[in-house]
Amino acid sequence: MTLRDLPKNTPARIQGFEAGDSELETRLREIGFAEGDQVEALHFGLFGRNPMSVRLNGALIALRKSEAGAVIVEAL
Amino acid sequence: MVEVLEKTARLALLGAPNCGKTSLFNALTGGRAKVANYPGVTVEYRKGEFELPHGQGVELLDLPGVYGDCGHSMDERVAIDAVRGNLEGERRPDGLIFMMDASHITTHLHNVLQAKNYGLPIVLVLNMMDMAARDGIDIDISQLEALLGIPVISCVAVRATGRAHLLDFLNEWSGDLLHGSASVPEPEGDVLKELQAKARTITGGAVSRIEQAETFTQRIDKIVLHPVIGLVILLTILFVMFQAVYTWSGPAMDMIEGGIGLLQMGVSSVLTDGWLKSMISDGIIAGVGSVLVFLPQIIILFAFILLLEASGYMARAAFLVDTLMAKVGLNGRAFIPLLSSFACAIPGIMAARTIEQERDRITTILIAPLMTCAARWPVYFLIIGAFIPAKKVGVFSQQGLVAFGLVIVGIVFAMIMAFIFKKTLMQGAKSTLLIELPSYKMPVFKDYLRGLWDRGMIFINRAGRIIMPASIAIWFLASYPTKASGIAETFAGKIGGVIEPLLKPIGFNLEIAISLIPAMAAREVAVSSLATIYALQDTQTDALSGIISASWTLPTALAFLAWFVFAPQCLSTFAIIKKETNGWKWPLFAFGYLFVLAYAAAGITYHTARAFGL
Repeated sequence: MTLRDLPKNTPARIQGFEAGDSELETRLREIGFAEGDQVEALHFGLFGRNPMSVRLNGALIALRKSEAGAVIVEAL
Repeated sequence: MVEVLEKTARLALLGAPNCGKTSLFNALTGGRAKVANYPGVTVEYRKGEFELPHGQGVELLDLPGVYGDCGHSMDERVAIDAVRGNLEGERRPDGLIFMMDASHITTHLHNVLQAKNYGLPIVLVLNMMDMAARDGIDIDISQLEALLGIPVISCVAVRATGRAHLLDFLNEWSGDLLHGSASVPEPEGDVLKELQAKARTITGGAVSRIEQAETFTQRIDKIVLHPVIGLVILLTILFVMFQAVYTWSGPAMDMIEGGIGLLQMGVSSVLTDGWLKSMISDGIIAGVGSVLVFLPQIIILFAFILLLEASGYMARAAFLVDTLMAKVGLNGRAFIPLLSSFACAIPGIMAARTIEQERDRITTILIAPLMTCAARWPVYFLIIGAFIPAKKVGVFSQQGLVAFGLVIVGIVFAMIMAFIFKKTLMQGAKSTLLIELPSYKMPVFKDYLRGLWDRGMIFINRAGRIIMPASIAIWFLASYPTKASGIAETFAGKIGGVIEPLLKPIGFNLEIAISLIPAMAAREVAVSSLATIYALQDTQTDALSGIISASWTLPTALAFLAWFVFAPQCLSTFAIIKKETNGWKWPLFAFGYLFVLAYAAAGITYHTARAFGL
């Protein structure tokens, strides 16, 4: 599963990143997404759950589906 | 030793967006650079100087926030070029102050490992240690120093006591930097995945977090970021803001108007009738006064905006409206540039540098002039004050409702135009959003007042710098060769007469045609020019709003308002578009599309209003 499909208030662990867009992976890593970190989706936009905001190590990060789709997660 | 002290150590402030670099820069150098609680406020480097307690001079470079070392966007590249010594005409810094929001140490620590690769002496400054403690984060500084192999300082940049530690450290360090004896860190390699793993090990050893049930920020966000309730709250805030502008500004405006009246009476009693008296009274006082009278509204407007910016709410607003921006294909990062454009399109257009994709950046630049900038307010205030009765609709001021409506119309057209541009000229670019939402903070009262003062002074300075010369020019053109037989026989009348045929179909009269030309310098000059033109025609000194409510029809007034929603005016805006896009193509395009929209909107408004018999 990727972060874009993670239901609200379900803690999950980051497994890795979708291959193919290394630039996006770099940006996600730079802002703090890393393997093994715990994430939780907290808020969604009005239309089509886009964008979403996730809690990551105490930070709140807003991202769109296109970014969230690159983060592979596993619900805990 | 003496020659060393005379030399200046050059330090650069590096770190993630919104970690407090500019706050520290302002505090140390006495600078007044804009600070706010959202990422992407600083898009250019700036320099300042200060003296350390023992007398060593330091030159400090404030840089745009950057997470890694890739330089995805223009502002990030500036920061990285500065650190690498690639900025034209700028010496490479002697050392780096790497700032980090202490609350975000777990997510961001790998960024400082990356920064060790630059090969410059570096110190890690953990800012907002008080907030981190509040959130249950405990950092063992000496353990962190040992694990990182670089000095680590705790700091609260906005408080003098919170900076004491840092200044003590810099006292020593700056000497070492100039002697070349400061230690240069070992490079860490550049595989991000490995750096993150290493950083997680370090934070595991030096940071403990007491997991709290729910932080203050999380509790508020549950309501404020709710997809429906959050949008209702956002609209309510905007609505209240415009209501306040109208209900609170009355007494202060009356005072300013009274003062202007007294000034004009004083001038008439001192000077005898003649050109000098006419120039001062009808030109300068009437022109400049007609705009300055709106200072209270501007102050109230910015009192709200600055409060929302400093608290951290604006980043939430960005999140809430992103759902709509995504729908029209706008980049998520476009929100902050568009928000800045409510003060003035120029900083807004520059703030678009944070947008990585070039086509998204240009799209944002093109729609930025549709946001209601401070220069439009005098026009709106004048026409609304003259034609919209100060009645209440329920508990709401009708004038505030109209002002709110005009702002919304601007935003709606910006979204429509963005959608059209993205479907036609700007196809292909994938639009993205990836930002950190900051924790809520109590605004620093001193910074808040200073920001408000600066906004007021910008408004007043424009009156002196732009409106006064324009008023004198208009006074001259509207007085000579003769004004005896009305405005049409003056130079101004002849010039306005050239474009009047073009504007007549949309309901504009000769006076409006004349005022739109100098308004190219600044939109509010339309108001001051009208004031001067009517002051010259009229013998009694009525307020401008009284004169135009008597001599314009309602359809003309509404058409004038509709024109100014788009207002292809303001040469400075087109100049900055040219600079930011490196050519004439986009500024000409922006002028063209804004002109077409303004003309169509004014025409449709005029004829619709007439059809309804207004």
